[in-house]
Amino acid sequence: MTGWLTRTRGRGRLHWTDWFSYGYLAFGVLLMFGPVVWLLLSSFKTDSELQRFPPRLLPHAQETVTLEGYAKPLPLFEVTAGELAGETVAQVRRIGLSSQVVRLDDPGERIELSLDERTAVEAPALATANYTGLFERFDFLRYLWNSTFITVVATLIMLLVNSMAAFALSKYEFRGRATVLALVIGTLMIPQSVVLVPLFLITKELGLLDTLWGVIIPGAATPTGVFLLRQYMLSIPDEILDAARMDNASEWKIYWRIILPLSAPAIAVLAILAIMWRWNDFLWPLIALSRSENFTLQLALNSFQGEMQTEWSSLLAMTVLTLAPIALVFVFLQKYIATGIASTGGK
Amino acid sequence: MTDGAPRRSVSLAVLTPLMSVIEWPMRRLQRHLGIRRLAWVFLAPNLLLFGLFAFLPVLLNVAYALTGGGNVLLENRPPVGAGNFVQLMDCESYLDPNSCDEDKFWRSVHNTVWFVTLQVGCMIGFALLTALVLNGPIRARGFFRSVFFFPVLLSPVVVALIWKWILQRNGVLNGVLGGAGFETHVWLLDAGWAFFWSVFISVWAHMGFYTLILLAGLQAIPRDVYEAARLDAASPWRTFRRITLPMLMPTMLVVLVLALIKGVQTFDEVYAFTGGGPGSATLLVIQYVYEVGFGGSPRLFGLAAAASVLVAFVLVVLTALQLWATRKNAHG
Amino acid sequence: MNHKTIRGAAGASTLLLALGGASGAAHAQELRFTCSSDGNECEVMDDMLDRLEAENDGLTVAVDIVPYQAILETLPVQLAAGTGPDIAKVTDLGGLSQYYLDLAPYVDTDYWEASFGDFLSWYRADADDTGIYGMHSQLTITGAFANTTLFEQAEVAIPADDASWEEWAEAAREVAEKTGTPFPMAMDRSGHRIAGPAIGNGARLFDDEGNAILVDEGFTDFVEQFVGWHEDGTMAPEVWGTSGGTTYQDAAEEFINGEIVYYYSGSWQTRRMDDSIGDDFDWKVTGTPCGPAACSGMPGGAGVVGIKATEHPEAVAKVIDFFAEEDNYAELAARTLNIPAHAAVAENGVDFDTESANTKAALRAWSAQVGKLSPVAFAYQGYGRLNRAMFNITVERISQALTGELSVDEAMARATDDLAKADAEAGQ
Repeated sequence: MTGWLTRTRGRGRLHWTDWFSYGYLAFGVLLMFGPVVWLLLSSFKTDSELQRFPPRLLPHAQETVTLEGYAKPLPLFEVTAGELAGETVAQVRRIGLSSQVVRLDDPGERIELSLDERTAVEAPALATANYTGLFERFDFLRYLWNSTFITVVATLIMLLVNSMAAFALSKYEFRGRATVLALVIGTLMIPQSVVLVPLFLITKELGLLDTLWGVIIPGAATPTGVFLLRQYMLSIPDEILDAARMDNASEWKIYWRIILPLSAPAIAVLAILAIMWRWNDFLWPLIALSRSENFTLQLALNSFQGEMQTEWSSLLAMTVLTLAPIALVFVFLQKYIATGIASTGGK
Repeated sequence: MTDGAPRRSVSLAVLTPLMSVIEWPMRRLQRHLGIRRLAWVFLAPNLLLFGLFAFLPVLLNVAYALTGGGNVLLENRPPVGAGNFVQLMDCESYLDPNSCDEDKFWRSVHNTVWFVTLQVGCMIGFALLTALVLNGPIRARGFFRSVFFFPVLLSPVVVALIWKWILQRNGVLNGVLGGAGFETHVWLLDAGWAFFWSVFISVWAHMGFYTLILLAGLQAIPRDVYEAARLDAASPWRTFRRITLPMLMPTMLVVLVLALIKGVQTFDEVYAFTGGGPGSATLLVIQYVYEVGFGGSPRLFGLAAAASVLVAFVLVVLTALQLWATRKNAHG
Repeated sequence: MNHKTIRGAAGASTLLLALGGASGAAHAQELRFTCSSDGNECEVMDDMLDRLEAENDGLTVAVDIVPYQAILETLPVQLAAGTGPDIAKVTDLGGLSQYYLDLAPYVDTDYWEASFGDFLSWYRADADDTGIYGMHSQLTITGAFANTTLFEQAEVAIPADDASWEEWAEAAREVAEKTGTPFPMAMDRSGHRIAGPAIGNGARLFDDEGNAILVDEGFTDFVEQFVGWHEDGTMAPEVWGTSGGTTYQDAAEEFINGEIVYYYSGSWQTRRMDDSIGDDFDWKVTGTPCGPAACSGMPGGAGVVGIKATEHPEAVAKVIDFFAEEDNYAELAARTLNIPAHAAVAENGVDFDTESANTKAALRAWSAQVGKLSPVAFAYQGYGRLNRAMFNITVERISQALTGELSVDEAMARATDDLAKADAEAGQ
């Protein structure tokens, strides 16, 4: 066994498969993390910086100076050609191919330069205004609250309802058990995406349309949790339950005090999966929610994508904020998520 | 589960009184019904949810598919029999969307078939490769496993926007290509490239999930089998073909069908990425249902329901396949 | 107790009931007003409503500002589901007419007819309807913005008022080349936007009996021109090309950044242009170029309507009537920089709330375009039953022609089919 735990295939030297493996993994890291890192960097750039082509790696900001007679700070440029070459000047206006600049010591006199006669004076800087502006302009906290509320409540309901059903299907012998199991399996064949129209009607008739509950409740009907928990509960020895019954414990108490704690690992996995699904939910909330104040983060992000097609600075910042919570979950719980997925084997 | 412990004690403190309150009526029910029939009480909430939000909609869906008009309430919809289905299936040649009455539907079907074929093919291929690499003798396996799994956690809208930003006319991809002397494109303007990138981001976002399952499958193969192969001086390729692949086949089957089922239902990331464009180059079938039923004017619920019935049929077949494959995996 | 006491008690209790009833009427009435701003319309209305709320104890109007796409997509679903607001600012005037509250019982109908005349018909369900359903708060008209500084720098003459599309396209291309501007022209991705030029090119959109046909020779002809401009680089391709379905897409940001020479959009962008461009460059409103049939844009705009399902119809009527008063309407137009639809206000001229010479000139130019509107354009805008469907069909099918998925003729044939289907369904 230990022979297999040596790091290389060759005898102490690297086999070609090792080269390939590490190379592939390095490429994988670049491809998986790279785009997100680029998103992060870009979100700290100003709009004008974002339009720059080819793009630079780090966010820069143009240095500015406040001169007498001008209300706004003026961007600084260094002149590269012509009589003022080498001097630093401040730009007042830029139109088409030419720009009007003034010398720092003589702000009254405007000089015409063409675009290729000057380059910007810049330094690395983070445009945190992209983020702070978000909170001012958009009801970001409200969307965050909506997403969080939906995720937490939906997960709790799912855990409770699914674990109860799994308990019944794993620890009880009753007539119709096989039928119910078959029904649950049948539900697997009905993903949300093919019953959108009737779901819309039912939700409307229940008065849940355009409410957060209209997103929470229909989403709680998934069979995956029942299977996962049932599988796990089957492995709990019946003797424990019998002993508890002899101690005159009610079934509910058995469920609550014995089954649930013993199923904790499976419940934890299901909880993490449920949180992930609910947080990222898109299609059903898109249909069920119409007032913007009820939007989840995902819906808000998508609708503002249409609004601000070229205002990437705000859009990128909002994207980062939308992915931040789940990234945090990832950092802390990635081991459990991974083992959870592997153990479900996609059931 | 050190992370879970403090959270658990908090939730316990909050929920214990609640559970104790519920215990009282439950005990009485238990006395009434007996232990065996109490199981139904435990099942009730789940069955209610399933009934209301899974089974009932299936029946209603068929009802909608058989009616017409723009009204959402079923009682106000005039019945049209199989009219919607006839409209959907009315084609001179099923291979040419342009010859069909509902050309958008058939374009979306074609797109979906191509999309699923390419996406599932590439995704399973790369997932298998990655799983094999991860299963090999490497350091920091846990870290690398997490790396590939990371995009799975991202929401579809975030995935779409990340890549949309990279693929802009002035985006970093064009920057790198231009700098290296290659030709730059406005990627999302071209139908072919837009489709390619849609498949790409979908593979990028979901590959990690299947990698983990395949990795678990690989790790379940007993080591002595490989020992025996090594003693016979088998090359890596031979080992793979003769030993790994056959033993992994059950898991592969499960993964394949699962990917197909999820692939057919793709909507979120492609909708946020290209919106179905340019033209209808990346229009997938679920988006067609969404547009017809909820986006267009007038809202054609009947047609949307009919289209979703057809999709549901395909999914039922695939799901049945999946269950058959899982059962095989469990026993074989 | 004797009779007097009883009568007294009865009288007292009646009085109490009446008072209680009165205070019940003055009970908090919170109205929800779903509003979408092109510039600052909703904010200004919210501000003006503070005055109304101060005068009317217990009346509050919560202005819910949403993106334009929400008004287009979400509001109709809400109204159909019965979960809509009390008041809304809508653009699909005729299409949503089934949900409107008839204000006639609550307002001075003569005043309204005199002030808003033909615009009232846009909100009515059909020709026989005489109700008053909405106040046209914002008259808009489509037309073009030109970056005159770029023309100057390129030393190209700005085409005359009655120039044709070809002349503008050529001029814009020249300017773009000489100044290194990325895109000569751009047009919003909208069926409403392309309607004006199509009408100018001879599209009639309706046949002799008044049925909608959408596609005819004039229409197809312009679409071919439009597709041609995308192919030869005259038109910015990303606007129509990168969105799918019927998603609205404008190119204002690109124009503001100086990337477009000639931008065909509409008057509602004026405020945004004023605010964002500042003095980065000089710009001018030039209206719609001429085609063989007309030089017409499309009228449009938004109106404030009451919703039939509201629980407070009188309060709703009060709010809308408030904005219809001549002084208030004039204030609204002045502060939001919109062209007035109110006859008296338009006659007296509006003292627009801006120091920008560009904007004042622009608004004057827009007002001048109103007279050039073709009757077809008016009819199209008012054709509530199907015009939204026609706009959507236009966008979808032309997009397919632009990407080469369909030829222009195929796309137009499909559009005709789509219209027939929509017609059949809408009739039910």
